[in-house]
Amino acid sequence: MAVTSEASLRYSTHPLDKYLRADRLPHIWCSGCGIGVALGSILRAIDRRVREGSLDPSKVVFVTGIGCSARASFYVGFDSAHTIHGRAIAFASGAKLANPELQVMVVGGDGDIAGIGGNHLIHAARRNLDIIVFMITNFVYAMTGGQLAPTTPQGLYTTTTPHGNPERPLNVIKLVSALMPNYVARASITHPPLIEQYTYKALGMEGFRFIEIMSTCPEVFGRHAGYRDPVTLYNVLRSKVRVKQNPHVDESELSWESGIVLGEYLIRNEPGYVRKLKEVVR
Amino acid sequence: MKHKVPLSGNSAVAYAVKAMDVDVVSAYPITPQTTIVEKIAEFVANGELDAKVIHVESEHSALSAAVGASATGARIFTASSSQGIALMYEIMFIASSMRLPIVMTIATRALSAPINIWNDHSDFMAVSDTGWVMMMAENNQEAHDDVVLAYRIAEDPRVLLPVATALDGFFMTHTIEPIEVISREEGLEFAPKKKTWYTLDPDNPVTMGALGDPNWYFEFKKQQYEALKNSRTVFDEAVKEFEKKFGRSYGPVEYFGNEDAEVVLVAMGHVSGNIKAFIEKTSAGNVGLLRVKLYRPFPEDLIVKHLENAEIVGVIDRALVPGSPYGGPLYSDVIVTLSKNNLSKKVVDFIAGLGGRPVTLGHIKNIVEKLEELKLKPQKDLPKEPLFVGVRE
Repeated sequence: MAVTSEASLRYSTHPLDKYLRADRLPHIWCSGCGIGVALGSILRAIDRRVREGSLDPSKVVFVTGIGCSARASFYVGFDSAHTIHGRAIAFASGAKLANPELQVMVVGGDGDIAGIGGNHLIHAARRNLDIIVFMITNFVYAMTGGQLAPTTPQGLYTTTTPHGNPERPLNVIKLVSALMPNYVARASITHPPLIEQYTYKALGMEGFRFIEIMSTCPEVFGRHAGYRDPVTLYNVLRSKVRVKQNPHVDESELSWESGIVLGEYLIRNEPGYVRKLKEVVR
Repeated sequence: MKHKVPLSGNSAVAYAVKAMDVDVVSAYPITPQTTIVEKIAEFVANGELDAKVIHVESEHSALSAAVGASATGARIFTASSSQGIALMYEIMFIASSMRLPIVMTIATRALSAPINIWNDHSDFMAVSDTGWVMMMAENNQEAHDDVVLAYRIAEDPRVLLPVATALDGFFMTHTIEPIEVISREEGLEFAPKKKTWYTLDPDNPVTMGALGDPNWYFEFKKQQYEALKNSRTVFDEAVKEFEKKFGRSYGPVEYFGNEDAEVVLVAMGHVSGNIKAFIEKTSAGNVGLLRVKLYRPFPEDLIVKHLENAEIVGVIDRALVPGSPYGGPLYSDVIVTLSKNNLSKKVVDFIAGLGGRPVTLGHIKNIVEKLEELKLKPQKDLPKEPLFVGVRE
């Protein structure tokens, strides 16, 4: 029946389309990849803030480095920069300090943010610089085909550790918490409302805000780790994560055996770097 | 004839690393290099290669770890591309100045921005002033052989410099060709493992890379200059013995076509294959190809020898130096070489295939036609700027 009702039109666009560059879609993320869930949840939080009038979307800047997660800047309808590997936080620092009115958000993978860009992460957190950093952890360098990353759990197989990973993974929650920024939380794509809730909260805060999002990469992480099927990997991740109210940072260990604790590890209300800077440079 | 195995360019490089019985491999993932190190990791896991693979956190660390490992006397390999090579830039000077015979393979790729993972020579050319011996292959067999040649040259006491071998990203790294694989026995016979360089030694402690004040720094640089220049003799000896042993012959340059061709193209890398195909297909007796394999030290004598009789020379550059008086880096090397030897030649620069755009037979035909046309004009009427091939205005 060739009738176009208003009801069917309503479903022809997605409610988040206004934040996306629809002409760039479809995206390049593989089937079963968790980045879409993460980005969708981040956008929903932005949408809530925009609708309640506490965020001007024209002030949002997305900064990304290199990697699968970094492709986010291709698809969002905000001002965005796709910079080089590991340097998204450095770029974001410049953008924020040049124009403190901006809401600067960095989205990157674990390799980008904690591996090659780890130094910038440390110093932005130390300064309590007023940006939000999302680190989407999929345990490998996924875009290059699944090599060992600083977050790869011990013993797992990757393309560069076909004999099993001998290295201890980096617990980025603990690292960033030690630098006492204003907000440190860990979410997971198996629990999208948590991502939205933490992002919404972070958007209303100043200072450095860090949100780690545990994610699934069946294509290159799962393939070698033995969870090639997207549903299997999703279920494995869901079985390993558990949500806790106000967890202690000592519970943040990135352990494949004893599980991964989600929650808000650090909530502080210290003045952010921009405010501190204005105190000394008038 | 020896048995041939179908291998991608990257696998061919990895097999050569295995043949060289390398001790330490440090690398960071980057397209299109990554599968070299993945293959090496596989060899190590299978017990086929007794090496340590260091999973560093950036290319800067990859080459730094290589410098550290080489300073202990171990045989080192690393590989990278594009931004990775750019990040290594600082350490590339350290490796050559500390005279450490590290071998690195560059899977050539364009530099950002905009981000581009495809092939050109921007990364290779950007590091051509770092004091490394540099060579570029045309096919996968050569990419394989170059690694073996590289260790022989790097570790020669007359050289003691790092060597970069290069192969074109994707066009070669991810393309499969039949390869005669050099075995560990053959490889080590050709390039035996000997500690020929100054290393750290706990019994006689030394400090490496310490402050070289104005009283000393200059002398170090002069020695380094001489060593890189002298590496040419060692290269020539190495390829001669390589031919005797393996039957494949290489030179600092390769000339293809009639020696008395009026139009000569100068090129590097896989594009040379297309030019050869063009010359063969069109039976263009009037066109010759001079492929530069050894880029540093630049083989000036052979450039002069092969271009001396050309009416007009077209240089195909796959990198661009904006604002320079020359446009393309290879063109600049050719022009300086000819000028130093008082050869007044018509030389035209063509910038082609940046960011992975293929240089097709059609492009080569256009280049040759343009050269035939410019050949008839007086030298003063030649274009003063490079000509861009296959670009939208």
